[in-house]
Amino acid sequence: MKKTTYTISIYTENNVGLLNRVSQIFLKRHINIVSITSSESEIPDIFRFVIVVNVSKEQVAKLVKQIEKQIEVISVFYHTDKQTIFLETALYKVKSSSLFEEKQIQNIIKDSRANIVTVKPAFFVIEKTGWRSETEDLYEKLKPYGLLQFVRSGRISVTKKSMEISKILNNK
Amino acid sequence: MKKISGAEAIIRCLISEDVDVLFGYPGGAIMPVYDELYKFQKELNHVLVRHEQGATHAAQGYARSSGKVGVAIATSGPGATNLVTGIADAQIDSTPMVCITGQVASYLLGSDAFQETDIIGISTPVTKWNYQITKASEISEVISKAFYIAKSGRPGPVLIDITKDAQFDMIEGFEYKKCINIRSYTPTPKFDKSVILDAVKLINKSKKPLIVWGQGVILGNAEPEFKDFVEKSGIPAAWTILGVSAISTNHELNVGMVGMHGNYGPNVLTNQCDLLIAIGMRFDDRVTGDLKSYAKQAKIIHFEIDPAEVDKNVKVELAVIGDVKQTLKEILPHVKKRKHVSWVNNFRELNKIEFDKVIDQEYNKQHGGLSMAEVIKSINENTDGNSILVTDVGQHQMVACRYMNFNKSKSNITSGGLGTMGFALPAALGAKIGDPEREVIAVIGDGGFQMTIQELGTIFQTSSAVKIVILNNEYLGMVRQWQQLFFDKRYASTEMTNPDFVTISKGYFIDSKRVSKRKDLNSSIKQMLSHDGPYLLEVCVEKEDNVFPMIPSGSSVSDIRLE
Repeated sequence: MKKTTYTISIYTENNVGLLNRVSQIFLKRHINIVSITSSESEIPDIFRFVIVVNVSKEQVAKLVKQIEKQIEVISVFYHTDKQTIFLETALYKVKSSSLFEEKQIQNIIKDSRANIVTVKPAFFVIEKTGWRSETEDLYEKLKPYGLLQFVRSGRISVTKKSMEISKILNNK
Repeated sequence: MKKISGAEAIIRCLISEDVDVLFGYPGGAIMPVYDELYKFQKELNHVLVRHEQGATHAAQGYARSSGKVGVAIATSGPGATNLVTGIADAQIDSTPMVCITGQVASYLLGSDAFQETDIIGISTPVTKWNYQITKASEISEVISKAFYIAKSGRPGPVLIDITKDAQFDMIEGFEYKKCINIRSYTPTPKFDKSVILDAVKLINKSKKPLIVWGQGVILGNAEPEFKDFVEKSGIPAAWTILGVSAISTNHELNVGMVGMHGNYGPNVLTNQCDLLIAIGMRFDDRVTGDLKSYAKQAKIIHFEIDPAEVDKNVKVELAVIGDVKQTLKEILPHVKKRKHVSWVNNFRELNKIEFDKVIDQEYNKQHGGLSMAEVIKSINENTDGNSILVTDVGQHQMVACRYMNFNKSKSNITSGGLGTMGFALPAALGAKIGDPEREVIAVIGDGGFQMTIQELGTIFQTSSAVKIVILNNEYLGMVRQWQQLFFDKRYASTEMTNPDFVTISKGYFIDSKRVSKRKDLNSSIKQMLSHDGPYLLEVCVEKEDNVFPMIPSGSSVSDIRLE
């Protein structure tokens, strides 16, 4: 079965334990979550999970139905990469000395359209928002200069088509 | 304004939900609630089980005989974890149940306090909903939600965990409002009229249609609508194990059971019908066998309340989503009145083959050791088809469900999806309490009986007139059958050296008898049924009988074996 990357967007009530209830649906089917982010949505008190998985079309449809079935889940959508605009944010912590001693690093930052978030005597932090390939590319370029720390967020995304979630909610 | 404790609020909520009985076991973290139960003894009957697993199965039996929500209650830690098997069973068999567990005080949560377990985390995958209450002020709203969720739409178990401080805390202005709506939850999706008409078209033009119905018909109280649909359309109808009793066994269009140990006709003809109408069933693997060769020639219509069941196991042509009581009612006027005489005859002919090869030999057995089927025959001959059959899991379950005569709905209570050994004894107790007017007969194997044998104590204490039939073959019979057929008779740990069940029963002051001779069987069954109060009859049956027909695991339904 052909696997594709799907972004699943889940709108839920804001209750303790919901993440567990949602994630057990993936666990039960032995499906690995590629990335997950969660925060309050555009509507007060309603949370939005964005979960990225690599599964078949049939699997994603079944997953979505099982998630939707949970009592406190309001609505679930799934989209392919083509249907959404999506980004991840990465932070790179590098020794401050390399910023001044290795002039090349400033060009890398400029060319990658990354930003310097903070500069401290011992280290400085670069931020890059973009696709996975872009944050990975920057990672490879900075690696030779000694990365002290690296962290990447899960995916956030919006759909190209309007989703009008508040309208859906009003009809509930 | 008068203040009441959280514990009293819990009791008042239960009374407002028309709960009349709780099955439970006390312990430290639930003691405030038990203290209130003491004060409310007249309003609320508490049945003290002998193990918390028994409380859940009893609540399930109660729910399935009465149609109401079953309630189980236990303390934190081991009390709560002992509920898990019953909760999982209720989840997979869609049984409405509310479980209440005590929890350590909220300020101790997460500290590994005495008898603390994360029962919310543990029960999440096996509950329809669960919630932890840490403040007394939440009790009323959460319990009303719990009952609403447990019984609405596709029913299921709900667990409410209540910290001890929330039970002690005093609240002002208690009031109870029944929950009627939750914005994120659509229990009964509205059906689409155009889909009904599409279904009608398929049904009316089909030449060889087959209905397979499940428990959804019973859970939806749709027995009359279902019967009207079957009779008007003239379509032969086969049942899943949880669906049986929705229409009577001897109805002329009832063609038997589908699935692994189902009847020959409906299994074989599943792969010959041109239209399969699935009603309130979920295409369990024990029903379908190998999916790659399941009803591939047929168009399939699925009447189902739970959208997540549609296309889950079997791709369907058309899904009629909604409450079957409504959708069947809606469809009826459009369905052509028909008779499928020769098609129905195909079922009869194949079932005749099964009768000659299997049924006649075990149901009407004359020589040799007693068969399980003969025991059910004797029960049939001495009851009017109106009693409730409660079975455990294994060979006896298949035999009893295949042969029992049912005239009334809600008459077959068994652990279907989960296959929980130990289910029957406590479930029978609950079933009797849920519908005391009806005869409740528990048919149990010697293996499963010993998994919850201690509930004999509960039966004795409550004087519940449950009739218990132990079909003793001194084996874990179904596992032994598989070992014989698929593991070259390597009987690894399936032979049981059993205690004297009659003596054990007598120890619990339950009248009891053992029978092993054919000539004594019928009189013993009569004696059991005429006995006032609980009774245990041990029947020593043939040790190495097998259950046929059988679809070997992973085979196609049409490859069903008769020997």
